[in-house]
Amino acid sequence: MKRGSWLGVTAVFLVLVSAGPASACGGLVNPNGTVSLVRTTTMVGYVDGVEHYVTSFEFAGGGAEFGSIVPLPGVPSKVERAGDWTLQRLVEEVQPPVALEDGAEAAATAGSAGAQVLLETRIDALDITILKGGGDEVGRWARENGFSLTPDAPEVLDFYAQRSPVFMAARFDPAAAAADGQNVGDGTPVHLTIPTPNPWVPLRILGLGLGREASVEADVFLLTEGIPEMLPAPAQPSDRDGLLLERSEEAPRALLSDLRSDKGMQWIPASDMWFTYLRIDTTAGALDHDLAIDATGRSDPSPVAAGLATPVRLPDLDDDASFTPWLVAFLVGVGALALSKYAWDRA
Amino acid sequence: MKNKACAVLALLAFSCAPASGSVRTVVLDVEHSSFGRERMTFSEGETVRFLVRNGDPIDHELIIGDDEAQRLHEEGTETHHGDKPGEVTVPAGATAETTYTFAEPGTLMFGCHLPGHYRYGMKGIITIEA
Repeated sequence: MKRGSWLGVTAVFLVLVSAGPASACGGLVNPNGTVSLVRTTTMVGYVDGVEHYVTSFEFAGGGAEFGSIVPLPGVPSKVERAGDWTLQRLVEEVQPPVALEDGAEAAATAGSAGAQVLLETRIDALDITILKGGGDEVGRWARENGFSLTPDAPEVLDFYAQRSPVFMAARFDPAAAAADGQNVGDGTPVHLTIPTPNPWVPLRILGLGLGREASVEADVFLLTEGIPEMLPAPAQPSDRDGLLLERSEEAPRALLSDLRSDKGMQWIPASDMWFTYLRIDTTAGALDHDLAIDATGRSDPSPVAAGLATPVRLPDLDDDASFTPWLVAFLVGVGALALSKYAWDRA
Repeated sequence: MKNKACAVLALLAFSCAPASGSVRTVVLDVEHSSFGRERMTFSEGETVRFLVRNGDPIDHELIIGDDEAQRLHEEGTETHHGDKPGEVTVPAGATAETTYTFAEPGTLMFGCHLPGHYRYGMKGIITIEA
């Protein structure tokens, strides 16, 4: 979808996925390491065609490297350290501490295996690599760079790559963390700016490596200018498991104000936002989809973005130069036939 | 679409081509940590050459044996197979082969015992008919 089709639409959404200790927003791909990513929390904000992806990695200690792979809906234009407390403030919004109840208001290079390395950077003790490639290519790159993929990884990487062949690989360097004075449990927040017309929230990746019967629990927070249309449509909390709609209300102004005051978060509108809280309580086997959110105002979330339908591959007019002459020739031919028939009829 | 293609490949893989002598070749195309087949049937005394083509970006292996053999491999620590008939390691994106003679009628298993692979479902049953 071209950027122009979004004109007149200023939909904004903000997503936070807060996974419990047994799950993570990025797929953990090195379970044999001595360092454990005990929780990965991710926020996705979408403002006028640009997605802001904020995630935080926490570790439990040890001496080995540990990695995580996160699928992305597009190629980031910027990767930087995020603010220090944005994710915590959003979690607090729905899980307020009891003790605070009274006062709470106050450069591209080709990889050897085919995956394209679009960007490499270090944020604190995290080595971040943005990759572009098919599932096999990204998997080979991960393997050649010390990541140990779980048996479900090939299928999951293909699942994402057929919709968006962009991934973020993050690897914690515990030696660097120690040198930087980081302690066990400290998080490193990362903020990615991703221009994309097709935002979605990766959910299936939460179950990577867990086994089909393993429990997946996570929180998803949306902040939009209107009531969002979602696919799959969430169920009511009384259903007890699945994707459950816990809250849907006008966003508290205090929340927006707090978020906007953190580092790099001024892109969030100051008012008139809708707040939605979704709770995921299911098994890894049942979580075989993502979450599509319609930000166009057409109330038409994409089955492809939700991972419920396979994208149809059509020639890309921007990239496939060989297609253009054939299209022109076809149109000229059709035009010539029409003119001939018109001339014949008039004669 | 890819799943359909894999299914076709799996069907083609078991159209066993006659080889020289009494040995026939069975091609196993591994995709998404699956052999593409949960059951195979052979005849007593038949010798089969298994050609395993690994289309995944991760390593796999093919281990043929009874339940006890599968249990030992599941609990074992061997990182490479290739010396014994019916056991072969297949690196990511590579092709490897092993030959096995089904001496007696009965039932055997085949599977991959790299960490988590067998439990993930990378296994199947071999029936040997008299």
